[in-house]
Amino acid sequence: MAYDKFNILTSTVVPLPAENVDTDQIIPARFLKATEREGFGDNLFRDWRYDVEGNPKKDFVLNDPTYSGKILLSGKNFGSGSSREHAVWAIYDYGFRAVVSSFFADIFKNNCLNIGVLPVTISPEFAEVLFKAVEADPKTEVEIDIDKQKITLLSTGESESFDINSYKKENMKNGFDDIDYLLNIKDEIAAFAENR
Amino acid sequence: MEKNTLFDKIWDSHVVRSVPNGPDVFFIDKHFIHEVTSPVAFLNLEKRGIGVLHPDRTVGTPDHNVPTVDQDKTIKDKLSRMQVEKLRENCKKYGIELYDLGSDHHGIVHVIGPELGITQPGMTIVCGDSHTSTHGAFGAIAFGIGTSEVEMVLATQCIMQTKAKKMRITVDGELGAGVTSKDIILYIIAKISAAGATGYFVEYAGSAIRSLSMEARMTICNMSIEMGARGGLIAPDETTFAYLKGKQYAPKGEAWDKAVAYWKTLKTDEGAVFDKEYTFDGTDIEPMITYGTNPGMGIKIKGNIPTTEGMEGSNKISYLKSLEYMGFAPGEPIKGKKVDYVFVGSCTNGRIEDIRSVAAFVKGKHKADNITAWIVPGSREVEKMAHEEGLVKILEDAGFELRQPGCSACLAMNDDKIPSGKYAVSTSNRNFEGRQGPGARTLLASPLTVAAVAVTGVIADPREVF
Repeated sequence: MAYDKFNILTSTVVPLPAENVDTDQIIPARFLKATEREGFGDNLFRDWRYDVEGNPKKDFVLNDPTYSGKILLSGKNFGSGSSREHAVWAIYDYGFRAVVSSFFADIFKNNCLNIGVLPVTISPEFAEVLFKAVEADPKTEVEIDIDKQKITLLSTGESESFDINSYKKENMKNGFDDIDYLLNIKDEIAAFAENR
Repeated sequence: MEKNTLFDKIWDSHVVRSVPNGPDVFFIDKHFIHEVTSPVAFLNLEKRGIGVLHPDRTVGTPDHNVPTVDQDKTIKDKLSRMQVEKLRENCKKYGIELYDLGSDHHGIVHVIGPELGITQPGMTIVCGDSHTSTHGAFGAIAFGIGTSEVEMVLATQCIMQTKAKKMRITVDGELGAGVTSKDIILYIIAKISAAGATGYFVEYAGSAIRSLSMEARMTICNMSIEMGARGGLIAPDETTFAYLKGKQYAPKGEAWDKAVAYWKTLKTDEGAVFDKEYTFDGTDIEPMITYGTNPGMGIKIKGNIPTTEGMEGSNKISYLKSLEYMGFAPGEPIKGKKVDYVFVGSCTNGRIEDIRSVAAFVKGKHKADNITAWIVPGSREVEKMAHEEGLVKILEDAGFELRQPGCSACLAMNDDKIPSGKYAVSTSNRNFEGRQGPGARTLLASPLTVAAVAVTGVIADPREVF
């Protein structure tokens, strides 16, 4: 379904330096029982965020008031495992609009692009720069410009370009999704199906 | 003439059009749905005011959150019940075939597809579940998708996908006694890591792969996603055709001969180029087990948990955090560690061959007192065969508890949860933190290893037990 348009995002950053963050950590399976899309943000990183009694774990970054923002910065191989789109719904519902990592799992990345969360792949070196900058100053801001395909640490001006194909870029900028595209070529698809 | 891989041949023949500087519009032959990842897709179709384009190309079954006891009764958990009821409602409304709880072919979606002969060589198959890669064992392009894509398939029978890079993993040589296809795939993932095939679609080849049954091939393709691959596939051969012949939805008569003639063309051309190749020697592979919290953290059962030597920074921090969760120390042996639960089941190892192998090994023995042993058939068909072959009796005599089909303790959406802090040796596919229940500690292994653990009560090498 349609989502917010993405152009330039300027925000503080929430750092999560863990590697191999799988979708079972992002949203555990027992919270996948809804039949609608809303409310998943409450259980984002549930078992890292809350203890078994449901009390917030003080040492987890989402419970640390020092950090906030619309950009989640994570370690490599983010989003591995299950194809559950609920993981991205939880990230979006919580308020993140971009996830930055040096490496994303494939299905997770597709799911992000399908619902309007921008996955930004950067070099491990630049990830290190960002982690250090956020650690030194949690109020430091990062700008993500989708049109220029550029991510910038505003305090120093250090930046890096990132990849996104032009089709997905246009979708993100306009809040379109793939179904809009597919429905527009339905005759072509029907002709193809006819021959199968 | 152009040399193509098997993956190229199937992919290219399903591209409706390629978007310049964008993905391909990719046509889907078969679509499986289950209760967890489909309801929002149907809801969105309704919001858009559109229907299902080809209901005959979609098949549904409830598997992820269904209870594995009293399946003939109303589901107690309200949210689970609502999801299953939603699936029924949606399938009925749009004319989609549903293999419901209690029907003869109910089961885990990746077990029933092949069992019914719905899965066939050369097809493109998707499902809102990452283990859809299982169907690749038949020489199909099969992979998991998100719910937005489920919606796309329902609405248009297409998704927008960028073609993956191509990887070939060749395993030659004869496998040793006690070594199963689960050990092969755990070995491969340990070698190339949990992200080693991200961006790729994998073809498995070589004499060790060729020698495997369809069930064993499915176990390998199933876990392709655990090394990051979109999917994995194996070229169809006589083993594939023999498995499919006579299955409910397999072609019959003349159509069968025609299909087989086509299926025989589905192989990688000599000289075709892959973006990446790995070759492993089957004789190097021994019974494997995982010790950490991603499937790449696997070792030989007789080996030691790796030390932190050579690790630094966030890599070392993540590694130690993982071992802390598991309650293990770097450098220690894994064999002999006490276990609390064993689980035989899931789309990885919940097929009849898996249950046969466990039964053959525990026959006349009994599980250790400290072990709770669950065995969950992948489908009603598997359950029925296990009864008819006398396997259920053998397993129950050995102290195993047989449950009804479903995903069960693989992801613990239902009540089949491993308690916090307890150790489970499991034939499933993921050892992530909390995967089998909050705080549960999962070690992945083959059904044979699980049988050895059940009988001894500790982590054991099956070759030394039986």
